[in-house]
Amino acid sequence: MDFTFTDDQLTFREAVSRFLMVEAVPEMLREIWETDSGRSPELRKSLAEQGLTALSVPEDCGGLGMDDVAWALMTQELGYYAIPDSLADAAYVATGLLNALPAGTAEREAWLGRIAEGSIRIAVDHPVNPLVADANPADLLLLANGDEVHAVPRSAVKVDSNASIDLSRRLGSVSWTPSAATLLAEGEAGRALWAQTLNRGALSVAGQLLGLAQRMLDLSVDYVAQRKQFGKPIGSFQAVKHHLADVATQIEFAKPVLYRAAYALAHQEAGVDARVSHAKLACGEAAWLAARKGIQVHGAMGYTWEVDLQMFMKRAWALDASWGDRGLHKSRVADAMLADGAALGPGHTFEE
Amino acid sequence: MDLAYTPRQKAFREEVRAWLAANLPAEPLLSYDTREGFEQHRAWERKLFDARLSMVIWPEALGGRGCDLIEWLSFEEEYYGAGAPMRVNQNGQLLLGPTLIEFGTEEQKARFLPRMAASEDMWAQGWSEPNAGSDMAAITSKAILSADGSHYVINGQKTWSTRAIFADWLFGLFRSDPGSSRHHGLSYMAVPLDAAGVTIRPIQALNGKQAFAEVFFDDVKVPVENRIGDEGQGWHVAMATAGFERGLLLRSPARFQYTARKLIELYKANRAIADRDPSIRDAVIEAWTGTEAYALSAYHTVGRLAKGARIGAEASTNKIFWSELDLKMHETAMRILGARGELTADAPAAVDAARWLDGFLFAQAGPIYAGTNEIQRNIIAERMLGLPK
Repeated sequence: MDFTFTDDQLTFREAVSRFLMVEAVPEMLREIWETDSGRSPELRKSLAEQGLTALSVPEDCGGLGMDDVAWALMTQELGYYAIPDSLADAAYVATGLLNALPAGTAEREAWLGRIAEGSIRIAVDHPVNPLVADANPADLLLLANGDEVHAVPRSAVKVDSNASIDLSRRLGSVSWTPSAATLLAEGEAGRALWAQTLNRGALSVAGQLLGLAQRMLDLSVDYVAQRKQFGKPIGSFQAVKHHLADVATQIEFAKPVLYRAAYALAHQEAGVDARVSHAKLACGEAAWLAARKGIQVHGAMGYTWEVDLQMFMKRAWALDASWGDRGLHKSRVADAMLADGAALGPGHTFEE
Repeated sequence: MDLAYTPRQKAFREEVRAWLAANLPAEPLLSYDTREGFEQHRAWERKLFDARLSMVIWPEALGGRGCDLIEWLSFEEEYYGAGAPMRVNQNGQLLLGPTLIEFGTEEQKARFLPRMAASEDMWAQGWSEPNAGSDMAAITSKAILSADGSHYVINGQKTWSTRAIFADWLFGLFRSDPGSSRHHGLSYMAVPLDAAGVTIRPIQALNGKQAFAEVFFDDVKVPVENRIGDEGQGWHVAMATAGFERGLLLRSPARFQYTARKLIELYKANRAIADRDPSIRDAVIEAWTGTEAYALSAYHTVGRLAKGARIGAEASTNKIFWSELDLKMHETAMRILGARGELTADAPAAVDAARWLDGFLFAQAGPIYAGTNEIQRNIIAERMLGLPK
């Protein structure tokens, strides 16, 4: 029993953090926000050069074969720097779906290889998401038609853009016609793929939300240590301290929930749905609390476009309801918890 | 990350489970805030000790079992999962015990720890004073070394000392340098409560029982061998073991997971009534998510400790988390019970012998004792986040 990360995993996280600290500064975020596409080919290129697109592609397709547990660290970094790119959609969520296709499926190796080399953008649909993130700039879309999974080239779909308050999110309403040529899976296999994709999408977002929460806490700590009123830093006042202590506490207790869920997904445990939903709820709540307390301790500055906090708040507000809103995830937890004979209470944290 | 228990860990869990199944008291013990209940709990502790299960993480030579922290968490899960009695000597065993292991002399360890593990000695705490509560460094009770260096003479008053009227010993901080102030000049002492000059006056708690007491010291002579750690280093000694023990050892996740399980059962048995208020279902869900989060955090922390990490101010997040969660769970139970919630144990119409009411009352104290949650939030802000004083 060892519920911690390996040194390699922690070192990797450090390296990603150092890279993004330089590559994804808030000034760049603002610049990309202003563009029509909202995406920077240069940024994607540098992410690919770092090997970040290849992380969970299996080794025989040119990737690193990283699992969900390591991604639970990676997504936190993506959230912390709020990168204006849908890296995790292709490199984690779509990769997971393609990877789960039967070996020998013609498209599987080809697309996974292209993901690894960073030469393809993939958008992923799911019935829980009314719109498809990054549908417009995608080269390929994985789309749902009932239980069916379709892989459709961008040229075969019509995309109507829908603006989000988070200018890093580029959402599209996709019109398309399913055909036998685009069908990847259906029936039981299709259902299983979408179920797993929902969990992976939700976990990806949960990690990002937790990273966002930490960033908003850090920004708030910096601000209240500098801003002076009544002749001293406002961070010395208990009312302000206690706001931020509450955020720190929520973050602290969301982390292991995220890690437990990642392990459950990587090991396809029976109770994975409730674990993932728990993680999504815990991380979303931490992020929203960090936003609320963050804007409060920033005072009027927090309500401006000028202060960086807004970019992270908006991402947190938007992501919270993606890949299943709180109602969906709370219901999944309740279903597991209230089921007859549910294994819960002391001694069931790791075993049924 | 490997979330499977080792064969040794599994075997130990099985042993604990089997022992509890064979030995749990048939009837719930009386409240340990009464003399009779206190002695019942002492007898139960003795039984645990004889099975070498009272202090599983202590070394065998000191009356323990030499278990690792994962085995300790498993023990707690089996223990509280079985609904076993509360641990009456835990303030000594979980707060003074680790302090002695780190700072005590070999003689002190041999003298105090096995008897503590067996609950032959029951320990009360002596920290707070009438004018030193959250501001513990304002302690004024004195322990002055005699001219020949053989003993200390203690004068002053301690308060909020849990179950002190039934206990055998008291441990706590006293000012050994009369000219000192704040955190300096304090010494950590063990005081026998039957010594001449000790007067104990019970304080009636919220539940009507004599759950804690004031302790008065009037020229109480205590041999110098009873000082734990160096003279004047009491604050350091007290703080060095405060983090992990207060955070985790004292309130392991299992007892809260047990409460959550009982709450879910209560909710399921009363759904028609409870669901008239939709916020109750939400609160029940949060009982499970909250207690699971706390358990997961404990396993994560224990794993990091095993790899050599030190736990610092983040222990204060534990205190806030479990105390507020426990309160919320008991509030939720009271809301489900509705008009039956107020009934005490001797009321014929009481539900489950009024255990929820007892727990609800005790839960009110959680955010106050072991450092109020306001103090914990200050600690988090200043030491974890680095905010200015």
